[in-house]
Amino acid sequence: MSSRKREEAEEATAARPLLVKTLQEVADEALEIGSKRQPFSAESRYKAPRIRDARVVHSVCPYCAVGCGLNVYVKDGQVIDIEGNPDSPINHGTLCPKGAATFQYTVNPSRLTRVLYRAPYSDHWEEKSLDWAMEQIALRVKETRDATFVERLADGREVNHTLAMASLGGATLDVEENYLMKKLFTGALGIVSIENQARI
Amino acid sequence: MPGLGTTFGRGGATTFPQDLVNSDCILIMGSNMAEAHPVAFANVVKAKERGARVIHIDPHFSRTSALANLYVPIRAGSDIVFLGAIIRYLLENKAFFEEYVLHYTNIATLIREDFRDTEDLDGVFSGYDPETGTYDPTSWDYERDAEGRPLSDPTLQHPRCVYQIMRRHYARYTPELVEQVCGVPRALWQQVVDTLVANSGRERTSAICYAVGWTQQSKGVQIIRTAAMLQLLLGNIGRPGGGVMALRGHASIQGSTDVPTLYDLLSGYMPQPAALLAPGEGTRRPRSEEVQAPVAGEEMRPVGPSQQTLAEYIAAVGQKTGWWANLPAYIRSLLKAWYGSYADEENGERSYRFLPKIISDHSHLATSYAMLDGKVRGYFLFGQNPAAGSTNARMQRKALAQLDWLVVRDLYEVESAAFWYRGPEGETVDPRQIKTEVFLLPAAASTEKEGSFTNTQRLLQWRDKAVDPPGDARSDLWFVYHLGKRLKALYADSPHERDLPIKALTWDYERETPEPGSRILDEPDALLVLKEINGYYARSADGKEYCLREASHVPDFTVLKADGSTACGSWIYSGVYPAPERNRAASRDPSGYTFPNWGFAWPANRRILYNRASADPQGRPWSERKKYIWWDEERQQWTGYDVPDFPLRKPPDYTPSPGATGIDAHSGSDPFIMKPDGKGWLFAPSGLKDGPLPTHYEAVEAPIANPLYHRQSNPVARYFRDRPDNRLAAVGDERYPIVATTYRLTEHHLSGPMTRWLPWLNALQPALFVEISPELAAERQIRHGDEVIISTPRGEIEARAMVTRRLRPLRLNGRIVHQVGLPFHWGFQGKTRGSITNDLTHMVLEPNVSIEEAKAFLCDVRPARRGRR
Repeated sequence: MSSRKREEAEEATAARPLLVKTLQEVADEALEIGSKRQPFSAESRYKAPRIRDARVVHSVCPYCAVGCGLNVYVKDGQVIDIEGNPDSPINHGTLCPKGAATFQYTVNPSRLTRVLYRAPYSDHWEEKSLDWAMEQIALRVKETRDATFVERLADGREVNHTLAMASLGGATLDVEENYLMKKLFTGALGIVSIENQARI
Repeated sequence: MPGLGTTFGRGGATTFPQDLVNSDCILIMGSNMAEAHPVAFANVVKAKERGARVIHIDPHFSRTSALANLYVPIRAGSDIVFLGAIIRYLLENKAFFEEYVLHYTNIATLIREDFRDTEDLDGVFSGYDPETGTYDPTSWDYERDAEGRPLSDPTLQHPRCVYQIMRRHYARYTPELVEQVCGVPRALWQQVVDTLVANSGRERTSAICYAVGWTQQSKGVQIIRTAAMLQLLLGNIGRPGGGVMALRGHASIQGSTDVPTLYDLLSGYMPQPAALLAPGEGTRRPRSEEVQAPVAGEEMRPVGPSQQTLAEYIAAVGQKTGWWANLPAYIRSLLKAWYGSYADEENGERSYRFLPKIISDHSHLATSYAMLDGKVRGYFLFGQNPAAGSTNARMQRKALAQLDWLVVRDLYEVESAAFWYRGPEGETVDPRQIKTEVFLLPAAASTEKEGSFTNTQRLLQWRDKAVDPPGDARSDLWFVYHLGKRLKALYADSPHERDLPIKALTWDYERETPEPGSRILDEPDALLVLKEINGYYARSADGKEYCLREASHVPDFTVLKADGSTACGSWIYSGVYPAPERNRAASRDPSGYTFPNWGFAWPANRRILYNRASADPQGRPWSERKKYIWWDEERQQWTGYDVPDFPLRKPPDYTPSPGATGIDAHSGSDPFIMKPDGKGWLFAPSGLKDGPLPTHYEAVEAPIANPLYHRQSNPVARYFRDRPDNRLAAVGDERYPIVATTYRLTEHHLSGPMTRWLPWLNALQPALFVEISPELAAERQIRHGDEVIISTPRGEIEARAMVTRRLRPLRLNGRIVHQVGLPFHWGFQGKTRGSITNDLTHMVLEPNVSIEEAKAFLCDVRPARRGRR
């Protein structure tokens, strides 16, 4: 036991009134572990894993493609821990260093939470509202598409596309996200260079 | 993916990592599985404990090598010689699994008389056009009868049968050549051969695992092909413990190709319609200098069959025989899913015209060149970081500076968002010179949205949402959906014909009720998107139309129709969500050998593909030990431990009638149902841009001349030699004598956007290093821990020297060749920073998939400054 833990344990003991225990009380403090009853200190009985009472959400590791199952523990609307899912036939509860760090990937003070905008030739970021950014992006797309859309090649063949916009996605995009991207960008707007980490 | 797709029929791993425990031998090459896929590697360790032999072939000794029974150091870029020599051994010694190969592959098929091999034409196949650097593959086709059916010679005597052609093709791939080119002593190579042969056949199976050590080479597809052919010859495909296990590197890299965000594919591996252009006869440019778009004023000519109408498209890309004969149903169902009632007009022809046609290579790297030339105005980056993560990253940063506008969606301020005011040490960046307007939008993490990933074994797994993303962070689903809604509003009143696809697009994924407990009230319904991907009945028998929300789910792809009555976003995923409340991606019952109720594997929840081949031609298991799928005589159907990858009731002795089409054209012993002839393709008569058989070419940058041909490197790769940013080292260039390879560390991911902001991982791997052998270190007076400079014709970077025996000098033809290895996870943002390894690599494109060659290039290493930090 580290000295700090010992201090904590002593504090916890000191905080409770001193009682003289009966034999029955000692027996009650024993807990069934496997097939045996083992004596447990009062201190241990009060301790519980911090994930007790947390909601378990089933997830999948966002790093490599092995697809390890994750248990995400949520308490009071916050992710408090992420562990390997012991039920998964892929990882049986185990995780590699990256997978085990998923918690820090999601709960991290360096994360962006506001839209940042950099005007042409500017030397600084400006914070903008999400609504403003969405409208500006939609306008840029329309402007670029309208200016560069090609309906037919010089040889007369129909192509209905624009080569002046492109998209590159990571392979941590969901299947559903990829589907909507291709549908909107290629299916509606005629952008052909819709690409992905899968090419890299 | 074309490596596996062309050989077997589908661009996915043929098996699943958990089945590796049933292997008798596991060959790992082009992969450091223990460090890059550690949890999957646990299955390899289990197999080893059960007696399997594990072989690791790699330039770099790693934990994978340490846990293998046999480690073989090899020169980066020489894989096809090593594997090709095994193919030669099997053919010359008739050591292949004869009954399997004769029935299940095209070994007996005859090839056209005008086909010429690389052995005849000094390193190119027939059909090569030296002016454009491309192939016309016509002469690679099968010899056919008047009805178009392939001819064959089951005695394998005919000089033009695949067996004899392969024997001639690989005749010079001898153990001596392996020594000379790979730097592997022949006895060591022979040990690999003996181990594979001893552990393949009726009673035993071997598996091959690979990763981007193969794909990131200028002949990557052909390396994968060589392994796939080897597994066919050994009879290891479709059987437990066998297969080719493609180890994908990202959570949903398989998913991003199945439901593609790729320029040349529609979902389910249907090609994107094309109206290809090539430089005109008068102004022919070598393909190496090909640009993405036609140059103004230059004469261009159309190439390839016309795909201007849906009927022409189906004729051009479809198949009359094999499963792909169903293409019309799949493309019509996709059009119906995208364009709703518009897809019904003119038998789908009108909506087909909505689909943009590609005219050239619009891949990521080809587009980067176009961007550099100022031809791309707007760019979206969804969790992707080309400024540090793409090859020739310095050029990528220059390209970003040519854009008018850039949208970056990420969790952190990655290099690609910050390129306009910061660069790597020594690179000055002046914001006043950069016009690019940048929108940096915070994105949700994988725990903050629901949706599915498709993992390395083609398995869709659903994630539930844990919490809301912070602040203005949103899912990419939210972003795309709301951008689409805004664009539909902006175009709502447009009278122009060309804007009709935007108006026609079906785009309603609103939630019926807000998500309980969420403060984000307008998050789209990901399950509704999954329903569209799965497919639905858009029209009932009495002609009533149903929209996505109210329609009934289709149970699987076999019910899809070519008449506009069904809609389906990706036919290969059909069956994932066959009924309301039955999202099979979210099924979590781990029981059973193949755990069929954990997630959903495409297609049709099959876990081992081509599993008909696990039984002999008569439908009996090859052996009791390797039993998997077999013909149940009593019930007159296929049965076993998996979903049969074969028509359930087609008996083993079924013989197609003359003129049969579709899947009925295959016999009862043709396991590769996607291929037109039902056979595994040892020889690929079509589908590849760089040849029907894998041939050894040196890497684009190599220390030795190709001993086989005057052709030094892949004749149809695209080199972009005229680009000042893409200078290449010549063979024997004394300034760059060292072979370099790159790899991933267990503790980091790519250029670091998902790891370099995490203190835990940074503590484990804080800095870039380069691994150098003690011999090279002594030669260059480098001590362990020194700062060194690594240089290539593209640039220089700094790293700390790790002097280690994990890399060793190789002896090639009496000459010593040094190799160094370095990870590529750092950049100028994040909590640990360092040089960008991708500043060293070049941007030459593999011809089939336009992927770069980061696994074998040339460099030099020298001390930076004296003393340790």
